[in-house]
Amino acid sequence: MDTNKNSYTIIYSIVMVVVVAAVLAFVSLSLKDRQNENISNEKQQYLLASVGLGADANFNEVIKEAIVVDGNGNIINTATSDIAKSEAFNISTSEQTAKIKALATLPEAEQEAARGELRLPVFIADLPDGSQAYIFSAYGAGLWGPIWGWISLKTDLNTISGVKFDHSGETPGLGAEIATPWFAEQFQAKEIFTNGEFTSIAIVKGGAKEGSKNEVDAISGGTITSKALDASIRMWFEAYLPYLKSLHTLAATPMPLEGEIIETQEVVENK
Amino acid sequence: MDKSIITNPILKNNPVTVLVLGICSALAVTVKLEPACVMAISVTAVTGFASLIASLLRNTIPNRIRIIVQLVIVALLVILVDQILKAFAYDVSKQLSVYVGLIITNCIIMGRIEAFALGNKPLPSLIDGLANGAGYGLILIAIAFIRELIGSGTLFGFQIIPESWYMANGGWYLNNGMFIMPPMALIITGCFIWLQRSFQKDEVKK
Repeated sequence: MDTNKNSYTIIYSIVMVVVVAAVLAFVSLSLKDRQNENISNEKQQYLLASVGLGADANFNEVIKEAIVVDGNGNIINTATSDIAKSEAFNISTSEQTAKIKALATLPEAEQEAARGELRLPVFIADLPDGSQAYIFSAYGAGLWGPIWGWISLKTDLNTISGVKFDHSGETPGLGAEIATPWFAEQFQAKEIFTNGEFTSIAIVKGGAKEGSKNEVDAISGGTITSKALDASIRMWFEAYLPYLKSLHTLAATPMPLEGEIIETQEVVENK
Repeated sequence: MDKSIITNPILKNNPVTVLVLGICSALAVTVKLEPACVMAISVTAVTGFASLIASLLRNTIPNRIRIIVQLVIVALLVILVDQILKAFAYDVSKQLSVYVGLIITNCIIMGRIEAFALGNKPLPSLIDGLANGAGYGLILIAIAFIRELIGSGTLFGFQIIPESWYMANGGWYLNNGMFIMPPMALIITGCFIWLQRSFQKDEVKK
């Protein structure tokens, strides 16, 4: 057969494309469920890792509540069972990051409405030692691709109980170090508020100050990734801030200030 | 069958050190040993099967579009590898991230189809493809071994250099950050080429 004829070439390429398309479509369809399950499992493990638990912990026993909040601190939706299928679990943090970034460009008057459009995930974890932790999200652009992570706060909503970061394509050995345990361990027991002011966590090039409550070491050789991570954490916590503040005021036992105690005593005396 | 079809691509005619093909990925994935090994296996599988399929089809492929046909075969196999890794070895697929897709651009694969598979029977083509992938993988793993050991003090993520040697713990040792950077991969590759050429004088082109 003459394989150099035009008609043969055209028919050959059509058949080839159809066959290849069919094979790829079949493989993609048959593996889709498995791949989605992997992605969901990974996210569950990251949430567990952010509160310091390994892969052996049972996700459904630890993560008890998934909440969606908006940028004004209002709770949109709460799920207490089937967390992996909840709205909070399936929020696309990359889309929300775009919305948070767009906030800065809006005029003051439209800010509140735009903040109301945000959908931010919060998870509440019951830890084996009986304490609770709130898990917050962070997402941003690294050097080569997105970086993201989960940051858990203790019930004082100030002290970090643990973090888990990941990335899609940072340089191995440099920026990719944000996903390693030594980097994450630095965040433990750091505080995101200083004297009631939100200060976030500073990732400091050249090393954190000894005993600092809100500084961690940056990665040598991974400066851009370190800075990007610093900015992502700050940006996301700023979006969460109204929610954090509403929880702060709700906190059951605020320490009475000195002035208040004297006032109550006076009241008693007047009677 | 001639044994040289297996030994040649691995030693005397190594695709990386002699033909200087596939250098880009040799620089990109050799910081750590584990991704280098998975990359080596993936490339070996793709070169092997691409050569096999191209060889099976060699009498039907229209000459004028043969490069396109080769590209489609390679792309199909690479997407299959990517999908399978995502479904069954998710961690590894995350580590390799974009590099799996970049197997398509690895010149060794197209080079072997064009130079060997289109003119030979399926079985020798399969072996030739696998051997070339292995030759490439061997160099990749050797570079990654040196870079991870000197650059990070680990192998496969396990600490090899004793912790107590490090300056941070009062010792005298410091990881050499140069080895993590891409230029060092090029320099190591250069050293391998130099070594091989000095032992293999007949290969040096006058």
